[in-house]
Amino acid sequence: MEITVTVNGKTSTHNVPPRMLLVHYLREVLGLTGTHVGCDTSQCGACVVLKDGISVKSCTVLAVQCDGANIVTVEGLAVNGNLHPVQEGFWEEHGLQCGFCTPGVMMAAYQILQDNPNPSEEEIRAGLEGSLCRCTGYHNIVRAVKYAAEKMKAAPAGQTPTAVAAGSGEAVP
Amino acid sequence: MTTTEAPTRLFGAAIKRREDPKLITGQGNYIEDINLPGMLHAAILRSPFAHARIKRIDTEKAKSHPGVVAVYTGKDMESLNPLPCAWQAGGVKNNVNTPRALAIDEVHFTGDGVAVVIAEDRYAAEDALALIEVDYEPLPVVVDAEEATRPGAPQLHENAPNNICMRWTCGKEQETDQALQQAEVVVRQRMINQRLIPTPMETRGYVARYDAGTDEYTIWMSSQAPHVHRLLLAAFVLGVPEHKVRCIAPNVGGGFGAKIFVYPEMAVVAFASRQLDRPVKWVETRRENYVATTHGRDHITDVELGATRDGKITSLRVTTYANLGAYLSTIAPGIPTTLYGRMITGVYKIPNAFVEVLGVYTNTAMVDAYRGAGRPEATYVIERIVDILADELGMDPAEIRRKNFIPPSDFPYDNGVGMLPYDSGNYEPALNRALELVNYEQFKRDQAEARQRGKLLGLGLCSYIEVCGVAPSKWIGLPGEGWGAGLWESANVRVHLTGKVVVTTGSLPHGQGHETTFAQIVADELGVPYDDIIVQHGDTLGTPFGYGTYGSRSAAVGGTAIFKSVQKIKEKARKLAAHLLEAAEEDIVYENGKCYVRGSPDKAKTIQELALEASVGYNLPPGMEPYLDDTTYYDPPNCTFPFGTHVAIVEVDPETGMVDLLRYVAVDDVGNVINPKIVDGQIHGGIVQGVGQALFEGAVYDENGQLVTGTLMDYALPKASELPSFELDRTVTPSPTNPMGVKGAGEAGTIAASPAVVNAVVDALSHMGVRHLDMPLKPERVWRAIHT
Amino acid sequence: MFPAEFDYTAPATIDEAIRLLQQRDDAKILAGGHSLLPAMKLRLMTPAMLVDIGKIPELRGIEIDGSLRLGAMTTYRMVLDSQAACSRLPILVDSISKIGDKQVRNMGTVGGSLAHADPAADLTAVMLALDARLTARGPNGERTIAIDDFFVDMLMTALDPAELLTRIEIPLPQGRAGTAYAKFAHPASGYAVVGVAALLSLATDGTVQDCRIGVTGAGPKAQRARAAEDALRGQQPTADRLADAAQQAADGLDILGDIFASADYRANLVRVYTRRALEQAAARAG
Repeated sequence: MEITVTVNGKTSTHNVPPRMLLVHYLREVLGLTGTHVGCDTSQCGACVVLKDGISVKSCTVLAVQCDGANIVTVEGLAVNGNLHPVQEGFWEEHGLQCGFCTPGVMMAAYQILQDNPNPSEEEIRAGLEGSLCRCTGYHNIVRAVKYAAEKMKAAPAGQTPTAVAAGSGEAVP
Repeated sequence: MTTTEAPTRLFGAAIKRREDPKLITGQGNYIEDINLPGMLHAAILRSPFAHARIKRIDTEKAKSHPGVVAVYTGKDMESLNPLPCAWQAGGVKNNVNTPRALAIDEVHFTGDGVAVVIAEDRYAAEDALALIEVDYEPLPVVVDAEEATRPGAPQLHENAPNNICMRWTCGKEQETDQALQQAEVVVRQRMINQRLIPTPMETRGYVARYDAGTDEYTIWMSSQAPHVHRLLLAAFVLGVPEHKVRCIAPNVGGGFGAKIFVYPEMAVVAFASRQLDRPVKWVETRRENYVATTHGRDHITDVELGATRDGKITSLRVTTYANLGAYLSTIAPGIPTTLYGRMITGVYKIPNAFVEVLGVYTNTAMVDAYRGAGRPEATYVIERIVDILADELGMDPAEIRRKNFIPPSDFPYDNGVGMLPYDSGNYEPALNRALELVNYEQFKRDQAEARQRGKLLGLGLCSYIEVCGVAPSKWIGLPGEGWGAGLWESANVRVHLTGKVVVTTGSLPHGQGHETTFAQIVADELGVPYDDIIVQHGDTLGTPFGYGTYGSRSAAVGGTAIFKSVQKIKEKARKLAAHLLEAAEEDIVYENGKCYVRGSPDKAKTIQELALEASVGYNLPPGMEPYLDDTTYYDPPNCTFPFGTHVAIVEVDPETGMVDLLRYVAVDDVGNVINPKIVDGQIHGGIVQGVGQALFEGAVYDENGQLVTGTLMDYALPKASELPSFELDRTVTPSPTNPMGVKGAGEAGTIAASPAVVNAVVDALSHMGVRHLDMPLKPERVWRAIHT
Repeated sequence: MFPAEFDYTAPATIDEAIRLLQQRDDAKILAGGHSLLPAMKLRLMTPAMLVDIGKIPELRGIEIDGSLRLGAMTTYRMVLDSQAACSRLPILVDSISKIGDKQVRNMGTVGGSLAHADPAADLTAVMLALDARLTARGPNGERTIAIDDFFVDMLMTALDPAELLTRIEIPLPQGRAGTAYAKFAHPASGYAVVGVAALLSLATDGTVQDCRIGVTGAGPKAQRARAAEDALRGQQPTADRLADAAQQAADGLDILGDIFASADYRANLVRVYTRRALEQAAARAG
């Protein structure tokens, strides 16, 4: 089936089998291997990406469901080579160890801050409910999200990945 | 030319990691990210039965499925040897049973592979699995280690009557029994240390490429020990010369022990790649990871502790059934013996102790090292039974610990059950600091007041010790005790012509940040800018043979190997500087990356200048070889023994039994700290795995050997919302074992957290007469304790 | 992780979807996909065709006046974003904010959850408590199904194979009324080990005029805790009366056990969470 998808600001058209999961489309068709697969039951959140501005588990979405959609992956988070505050936060606060869950956790964190620019620790922890990390014990992930929140408050401009800004906008219901 | 400014001291600096930029931008290179031209994909058919004879396999339909290139069964791979068991501790020599690449005649657990499909893509390979026909003759199944030893229990392997793989003891049996008989007080408890599934977020995966032109294999692997895997695969399984196999570990998405081991699928992809002359990739699904990758723990233990009425421990006897699973995994026998039995006395001076371990085969996944590996089991036993003793005597749990701590004056300390001497320790300050942080006295008042209102608060202590920097070949290598091989670590350091420093290490980081911490060591010692140093690892082609990363050994053993290589380079640099400065070698000082004649620092040769001279090589002292390059194979004299006290505070909902972890305080002593940010991160992550064991995790097999907790929908990993932030502090007692005084931090949190949390929950219910609860403390279990 | 092959189609209208379902009895409806796709990835389900109803605009949307009407394909996120719906029915926040996780709520749909009828889903109980009316359209046109008749058994509803759930209508409680949902979530799956939804409406004298309690997670399907409801009608909603009624919440229910929670323990949870939901509902009734 032919689909046209915008990923990190680039639009392309591919013929994909209906059963291809979005995560496999991103990784295998587009070669964007930053999005990972950590489970097969939609629990771990290593595969989280933004679809039309909201976070989804790309292992639980078919590529064909994304015809016409605007997708942002971890590779699209930095703007013009400048790290997004969420990425900066993870680096500054040692929010990652093995790094495998990190792309998905950062995309989930992005959504947390979109929904609530000033989250409490409890709200951050609740917002991470769809993400499993086996290395960090979440302690520094919470700090990383807080760091990003502070940073985004200080400099609200440039917080939106280019790809989201370029996207359809009407996306968030 | 490179700046010659001396860097500020980096040892001890909480710098952020250099590993991170690529990982946070999606540029990491994990096993599934490796794609080679012409690559094929493997999917493995696993037995639906936990124990069965394979009567017939028909692969014809699968072979003709579109996209399928080949289907192999165990018979096709008969030329491959069974996997080796490398650590044949505890006298297992006569009944070693290990898995083959694929099972041939009989399957012994549901993770056993019986056939592999190789196809153009993974979807096609998965489709074809359903087309393979296998006739099984189901055999009786046993999953419980104690039941497996009973007469009449189903038998797994002919060479292991009653499924007993080994009986191992340590300590003094007669003296211990006598002391127990004479003890004024004896407490006894059966404890279950449940089976856990390590669950690194990245599952296992391997990509093999056979090169017919050179007859060489390259195998990319998600691995904690690629050199060991190369050795074991080549020499023991594939039967090819070791130098014809190259193993590469790219970014590794966590291991927690499970990626130390050699696995059947490594051989499967190597075999298929050679047969088909194309690269073959296999990446485990999570469901496979749960049935086929090693599990951890699974002990049934009876413990007896004898003491005087005033709380002085006199004797400890421990009997453990250790479930080893269907076969022996790579180092499985060493875990419930050397790393468990010999650590059983913990931080306490116990004059008489005896441990008996029965290692048992069952129709379950292989059990091997999982974060902490033996030490969490030992710490759980001793820290629980000490609390039970305190309860029996009506003593304060902190007080009974103080009373029995090994005093600082006793180090190095022989614990009497055959562990190497504890190198250094001062346990009471860590306990005191933890109690201060948690405000112990105030808590006791809060607890009493809460009980008045029907609220259940509890506080649990765990004062732990662990053995880290797992090495000395003379000990761990000693046949009988150990694995009949060394356990040192390697490092090469070279300073290139341009002054840039390349470090290669046999350690294998998979989240620990060695590229950062090892560079910190070199920057300080060699006196070069941090950014001029690169740390390389993971490729057997480019690194010296090394044993890899596990057992919290990389700083103490791998780091010291680097440290020593740097010292050798400095020595050579001093010799060269003496020659260039026309001075006697003994007058040359090496300081902050410069060599000068004592008293004349203004006329210095920088290490960069010396590297250039050493490299161009036309003006060297007589007999000196060019280049600043040295390799160390560091075999330490002893292990290291970190310690500390962790405190958990919980609230239990009396109506549901739900446990809420309110606070967690950890005071650890891991010796000197290279990078506090990274050490704290290790402690945080460790704590959560320990909390996971205490409250949530537990692998469950039904009586047919089916894994009931086979997905992340059933097996509960801790989530962010279930945890508080942690309060950490440190005491510092440097290790005398190595020149940097480091100990190890990777497993401490896991070792300490499970007993701390269980002790807290039992404390919360102690006024109801509850003395012990087995993990995981699922709400129903706690609720039943309250309501019966 | 690799679903079996299937055909895929994404009709633009409800009628087209129904036509497709009529033509292919091996088809499954793809709504939010967060129950179906995980099952397909494990090959526990292998439908030969998916009819994706995600591109039918008329299935999505929230209308509120005398009642709250949700298009079947309204996502959880859309409900939580609806101030009007959430302020009138705080039970929606209680329950929906605890479904799965943020990513699941971004994709998962109200209709998908009800039509799937997972025995541990949250909204099944909530809709029982709220006395929702479900509209389905099939080859023979449209019909309305009372929620009490909707859940037949585990993963089975009153919908015919070629019928599509199109709309959920929830009467807005009038006068002094309160709603609440209390949940004990499974630590791994996040599904309800037990979830209890309660609606309390009070008469002018403050006594309980009507009470509906929906229980999920406990048995093969969502059930009404009728004994507790009956015990409460006509009573003042004092703490003691609520607790007494909650004591009867498990009476007459079909309760199952599993490795996480035995039937006994689940029955206890039903009583405890019924009391908690009732207390919250009573507080909200004011």
